[in-house]
Amino acid sequence: MAFTLEINGKHHEVDVDGDAPLLWVLRDVLGMTGTKFGCGQALCGVCTVHVGGQPVRSCQTRVDSVGDSAVTTIEAIGHTPEGAALQKAWLELEVVQCGYCQSGQIMSAAALLKDAPKPTDDDIDAAMSGNVCRCGTYQRIRAAIKHAAGV
Amino acid sequence: MDKLTLAERMSDETAMSRRAFLHGTGLLLGFALTGASAEPVFAAPASRIVENEVTGTFAPNGFIRIDPIGAVTLVMPMVEMGQGVYTSLSMLLAEELELRLDQIQVQHAPPNHALYANSIIGIQNTGGSASVRAFWTPLRQAGAVGRNLLITAAAKRWNVDPAACRARDGVVLDSTGSKHLSYGELADAAAKLPVPPVANVKLKDPKDFRLIGTRAKRIDSAMKVDGRALFGIDTRLPGMKVAAVAISPVLGGKAKTIDEKAALTVRGVRQVVNVDEAVAVVADHMAAAKKGLEAAAITWEDGPNSKVSSADIVKQLAQESHRPGAVARNVGDAGKALAEAAQRVDAVYQVPFLAHAAMEPMNCTVHLQQDRCDIWVGTQAPTITQSLVAELTGLPKDVVKIHNHLIGGGFGRRLEADGTVLAVKIAKHVDGPVKVIWSREEDIQHDMYRPYYLDRLSAGLDATGKPVAWMHRIAGSSVMARYYPPYVKDGLDPDAVEAAAEPPYALPNIHVDFVRVEPPGVRTSWWRGVGPTHNVFVVESFIDELAHAAKQDPVAYRKGLLGHNPRALAVLSLAAEKAGWGSSLPPRHGRGISVQFAYGSYTSQVAEVHVAPDGSVRVNRVVCAIDCGMYVNPDTIEAQVQGGTLFGLTAALHGSITFKDGRVEQSNFDTYLPMRIDEVPVVETHLVKNAEAPGGVGEAPTAIVSAAVTNAIFAATGKRLRSLPIDTNSLKSSS
Repeated sequence: MAFTLEINGKHHEVDVDGDAPLLWVLRDVLGMTGTKFGCGQALCGVCTVHVGGQPVRSCQTRVDSVGDSAVTTIEAIGHTPEGAALQKAWLELEVVQCGYCQSGQIMSAAALLKDAPKPTDDDIDAAMSGNVCRCGTYQRIRAAIKHAAGV
Repeated sequence: MDKLTLAERMSDETAMSRRAFLHGTGLLLGFALTGASAEPVFAAPASRIVENEVTGTFAPNGFIRIDPIGAVTLVMPMVEMGQGVYTSLSMLLAEELELRLDQIQVQHAPPNHALYANSIIGIQNTGGSASVRAFWTPLRQAGAVGRNLLITAAAKRWNVDPAACRARDGVVLDSTGSKHLSYGELADAAAKLPVPPVANVKLKDPKDFRLIGTRAKRIDSAMKVDGRALFGIDTRLPGMKVAAVAISPVLGGKAKTIDEKAALTVRGVRQVVNVDEAVAVVADHMAAAKKGLEAAAITWEDGPNSKVSSADIVKQLAQESHRPGAVARNVGDAGKALAEAAQRVDAVYQVPFLAHAAMEPMNCTVHLQQDRCDIWVGTQAPTITQSLVAELTGLPKDVVKIHNHLIGGGFGRRLEADGTVLAVKIAKHVDGPVKVIWSREEDIQHDMYRPYYLDRLSAGLDATGKPVAWMHRIAGSSVMARYYPPYVKDGLDPDAVEAAAEPPYALPNIHVDFVRVEPPGVRTSWWRGVGPTHNVFVVESFIDELAHAAKQDPVAYRKGLLGHNPRALAVLSLAAEKAGWGSSLPPRHGRGISVQFAYGSYTSQVAEVHVAPDGSVRVNRVVCAIDCGMYVNPDTIEAQVQGGTLFGLTAALHGSITFKDGRVEQSNFDTYLPMRIDEVPVVETHLVKNAEAPGGVGEAPTAIVSAAVTNAIFAATGKRLRSLPIDTNSLKSSS
């Protein structure tokens, strides 16, 4: 089936089965590899993208459920004020280690800051505990979110 | 080519595929040093890591490539998997070569034992917290040789004494500073000069370091916050297919039935490949491959390991650990001292199998052709990978090209090439390039696990509580015997006993031995922290038991045994002081301490825990003191202490791989639990500054944290935990 997806402000035609996860459409069909594969079961958050402004796990998001909602990925999150502030904070506080999970971390954090521009520790726990980092960068992730939010 | 042209090329690049750009014009991604004031060509760097081999005009050794247009490429002998090694190794080179980090690009080294072997490990492997230790001198020498040649070239052109010239930020200046030539302008001339022996080149005095010892920014951060960083799994090639795999759930089993027809009816599926131990479904994209794999409804012939269970493995260890093993250390007469001791303490410790569960699942892309084989993968062991692929394909090694990548978490898993071997077996049946990606379930269930160990300890104390006898038997799998057999002598695996054979304490009568017991149907391998991750937990828990038996404070007791070991004593004292050791805590809160010497570094940690009435454990704070000698980047060290601590803590709290009917019982992050942000303690790092030889850091906090936590739990509850992971049921409040 053919679907027209709006991704990062551009329209893309893809011809895949409706049950294809958005993750693989992004990575394999459209070649946007910034969004990562981690668990396939929405347990680790590395595949997080925004659909209609909401953070979703793209590994468990069927392409036929996207409709005409706008999709934003890590490649374009820097064009939003929250994304830009977070990327800057990530660099200033030197958050990344292997970096594999950081696309998803930043996407979850950007959604958090949009909802809660001055997040508390509890807000951060709630918004970010779906994102796993095996390098253990959590302490700096928390600090960087606060740094970006100016709290 | 002038700067304007380069800037225009950059803006055009957004329309091109990134990889095509990298392949076509890799050098343009660097920073040109073509003028007296070296400045970035681009407003923002497009990439700081190039994937294809760069051939610079000036290449005085394996590590430096400088092009006449001024692009400086540093070739990285060790691979970046988060530990910051591309930054720290670049700092070593750039310090002596007199460059700023923003003037360089780095390239993954190809496999080449002669050029890039790690002198501590003996091959071109990234591991053992050995990268900075092994390359501290060679990379500085390489940089100094480069600097020396560039200065000589400039001095020749100016007809002045080289000793009067100096290099700074990619430019050579004469004595007055009025004449200057960039490295790019000197590359051709410098390339024609004879390369001096490294021994003849003077290294900078550490007091003159401008980069080493600073909190220099990581060179790989920018590309990792906006999706540009390329990991092995991100490989894309013209005509490439992707493959999902199912591996026999029991080691040694093979596919019995495959509904190939059903798989092939899935749109986008091209091929089903059966290589006995695994079945791959090859498709245009992974959505189709996974759907096809499911449709194939594979059944398995389990083979000889269908009855393997954790219970039997532990039973076997318990039995075999009664027989004497290969002696790792024997000083004095521990048996006699134990018999004569005023007090005796005995304990059995156990630690589980652990999976690596790196965030980037196992993957490998292969393009096998008649006369060559290209491999795109993130590997900690490029030379081993190359050799295995050569063997498997019958091709000579020089046509087996390993294109190494950033690794999305290594932790030892990428020291093994099993994923590449399987991908090549599959690729033999596929026309054109194929990318094989394991599911998370395959990744966890077909890992090569940290061995299960069972340890028996006995100690004798004299009337004052001092340990006069120490006996420690370690039983478990030998990773070394499989991986580096020559390192095992007379049955003794030096890794399995590391940090146990030589505890930091004064122990006049000590006997440590190792009994090798290989579990059937289980593959074991290196796991972050290697031997010490197991041994430090055991030794530091047992010494805590002795302190308790001696009715002494755990810190005071250790101090009394560390008089001969000033660096260990210093980190212990520092950690205790910074943690507020001895100050009062609420009920069911406790502090625990541990200390270790491993990877060439001294480390001590104090963990502060709270054990809730339901037995759940919350680690609130970890204070770490580390003495790793001369260090390169303190910010990276702090990051490694934070992350390494959490890696060990995750295992202590949650980590266990178990077997039933030959199958691994865990499968994804819901059954093999990672630590999440809401569980994370504050980790504080206190770095000791001195002029000792550099020590390793990446694994030190992983190895040390478990004992600090279980010792804290003992302080909080009086319950001694002798096995991991922590059994919260045993910690429930009786009241």
